[in-house]
Amino acid sequence: MSDAAVAEPAEARRPIYGILAEFSDPNELLHAIRSAREEGYRDIEAYTPYPIEEVAEALHFHDNRLPLIVLLGGITGLVAGYALQYWTSVVDYPINVGGRPLNSIVAFIPVTFECTILFAALSAVLGMLALNGLPMPYHPVFHAPRFAQASRDRFFLCIEATDPKFDRDGTRRFVERLVPRSVAEVDH
Amino acid sequence: MNEITESAERPPHDAPAIIGPGQTFRSVTDKISQVVLVRQTPLGWYFGLSIALALLLMFISAVGYLLALGTGIWGVNIPVGWGFAIINFVWWIGIGHAGTLISAILLLFRQQWRTSINRFAEAMTLFAVACAGLYPILHLGRPWLAYWLVPYPNTMGMWPNFRSPLVWDVFAVTTYATVSLMFWFVGLIPDLATLRDRSESRVGKMVYGIFAMGWRGSARHWHRYETAYLLLAGISTPLVVSVHTVVSFDFAVGIIPGWHATIFPPYFVAGAIYSGFAMVMTLAIPLRKFYGLEDFVTKKHLDNMARVMLATGLIVAYGYMMEAFMSWYSQNEYEQYMMLNRFRGPYAPLYWSLILFNIVIPQSLWFQRVRDSVPALFILSLVVNVGMWLERFVIVVTSLSRDFLPSSWGMYYPTVWDWATYVGSIGLFLTLLFLFIRFLPMISIFEMRTLVPEAEVREVPE
Repeated sequence: MSDAAVAEPAEARRPIYGILAEFSDPNELLHAIRSAREEGYRDIEAYTPYPIEEVAEALHFHDNRLPLIVLLGGITGLVAGYALQYWTSVVDYPINVGGRPLNSIVAFIPVTFECTILFAALSAVLGMLALNGLPMPYHPVFHAPRFAQASRDRFFLCIEATDPKFDRDGTRRFVERLVPRSVAEVDH
Repeated sequence: MNEITESAERPPHDAPAIIGPGQTFRSVTDKISQVVLVRQTPLGWYFGLSIALALLLMFISAVGYLLALGTGIWGVNIPVGWGFAIINFVWWIGIGHAGTLISAILLLFRQQWRTSINRFAEAMTLFAVACAGLYPILHLGRPWLAYWLVPYPNTMGMWPNFRSPLVWDVFAVTTYATVSLMFWFVGLIPDLATLRDRSESRVGKMVYGIFAMGWRGSARHWHRYETAYLLLAGISTPLVVSVHTVVSFDFAVGIIPGWHATIFPPYFVAGAIYSGFAMVMTLAIPLRKFYGLEDFVTKKHLDNMARVMLATGLIVAYGYMMEAFMSWYSQNEYEQYMMLNRFRGPYAPLYWSLILFNIVIPQSLWFQRVRDSVPALFILSLVVNVGMWLERFVIVVTSLSRDFLPSSWGMYYPTVWDWATYVGSIGLFLTLLFLFIRFLPMISIFEMRTLVPEAEVREVPE
C-alpha cells in the first residue's frame, strides 16, 4: 500500500487537459502569452470576453481559409444561379415571352446575383462554425471553476497537457510566477 | 461620414460620447444581461406586449377572413390591383434596410457608434422583413399555392418565368431574410454564451446553452469569427442595395406612367434607409428610456441617426424633384398628366402631406437644438414613418388609378380589412420585438466591451 502512495504524486494522478490561469486585464493576458511562448510552450490557448486582435497575433495564429471558402461559395452560387435559369428557360421549358430571347442574360442578372450572395453568406457562417468545430456542447475548460467569468470580464490562458514541454508541477509553478488571479487544473 | 468619425472620437467633455463614463467590462455585461435575466419582468413589458398581442389577434382575424373569402374583402379592384398589400410590402421592407445598413455598412466604415444600436436594428430588420414577406403572399389570391413561385421540379412540367421582376423579388427577399437572420444569429453567439454562463435558471442555462453552441471565447475562434463577421458585412452591403433595387424593379419594369423611371432604384434605396432610420429612432428612444440605457444609446447616437436621416431625406427630396422634372422634360403626355394628377388630382392631399412630412418638416434637423431634443426627434421619426408610407401609397395608387385611357380610370378606397391587415402587421412586428427584448440582449454585449476604457491594449515591446 505504501508503494502506491509513493508513486502517487506525478504519474498515478488522472491525466488533465491543461492548466488554466485567470487574468483581469487584456495586457496581463498578453504578457502571459508572450512569456509562455518564450518559455517554449506552443499548445496554448487564450479565452477572452471579446475579440482581441493582439491576442491572436501573440499566439502566432493565422488562418486564411475562410475567405477562400466564401469565395468558392460565392462562385458556386453564381454558377448555380445562372445554370438554374439557363436550364429552365432554354432547355427544359423554352417559352417565348414577348419575343425576348430564351437566354435573357440581362434579366437573369438579379437572380444570379442573389444566389451568389446567398451561397457566399451561407459558406461564411457554416465555414466559420465548421473551422471552429462548433457546435461543441462539451469542452474540458467548462469544468474549471471560474471559467464562466470568461464570458464576462476575465481573461484566461490555458497551457494544454499535449504540449511536449508540459510538466504538471513545473508548468503550474511557471504559470504562478505570472501572478494570475487564480490557477486551476482542468480535468478532461 | 468622416465628420461623424472625428466627432465620435472626441473626448467626452467635448461632445456627448458613444458610451457613458465609468463603464467597465463587468458593468456593461451586467447592465445589458440584467434586462434579460431579471426575475421580475417589468409590468410595462406586459402592458406593451398585451397591446401588441391584441393587434396581432386583429391581424390573424383579418388574414383568416381573407383566406376564407379572398382578396375581394380588400379595396383592390381593376384598375387599382395593387393596394395596401404592395404599399405595406414596400414600406416594411424599406424599414428593414436601416438594420442592415447599421450592422454592415457602418461596420465597414468603422463607425463605432453603431455598436450599441446594431443588435436591435438587426432584429427590427428581421421582423420588418417577416411582415413584408407576408403581404405579397396574401396578395396572391391563392396564398396556399405560394410555393409555385419557387423553382422546383413539379408534375405541371413548368418553371417560373425568370424574366419577371416578381420572381426576382422572391429570390431577393428570401436571400435578404436568410442573410439577415444569419448575420443576427452570428452576432448573438458570444452573447448567448454570456447568458448561458450568467443565467440562474436551469431552463435558461439549457436554452441559451443550446443556441450558444458551446462558444467559449477561444482566441482562435474569435479570429475566425471576426473574419466571418467582416465578410458577412461585405456581402450584406451589396445585398441591401440590391433588395430595394429589385423591389423598385417591380414598378420600374412596368410601363405605367410614374413607374417606368430609371431613377427608381437609387431613390427607393435612399427612401428605405430614410424610413428605416426613422423606425430605429422610434424604437430606440422609448427603449433607452424605459430600460435606463442612456449610457449606451447616448445623445451622440441620436444625433448621428438624425444626420443620416437628414442626408437620406435630401436624396429622397432630389428623387421627388427629378420625378417632376422628368415628367415635364419627357414631353410625354401620360407622364405629364401623371404628375399633374399627383399635384391636383383626387389624391393630391396625400401627395402634399408626403412632401410636408418627408421634405419640409425634416429640414428642422439642420438645427442642433432639434437634434439635441429627444422628444422632437421622436416626433420627427414618427412623421417620417408616416411620410414614407404615404410616398408608397402615392406611387402605387395614383399611377394605377389614372393611366392611359380615361375610360379605364377608377378610384381606390381601402376597406376596414385593408386597415386591419396593416395595423395588425404592426402588431406582429411589435409582438416579435417585445419577445426579443425580453429574451435576448438588445445591445451587443461583447461589442460594448470593446468600447470601455479597460479594453485598451498597451503596446509592449517584444
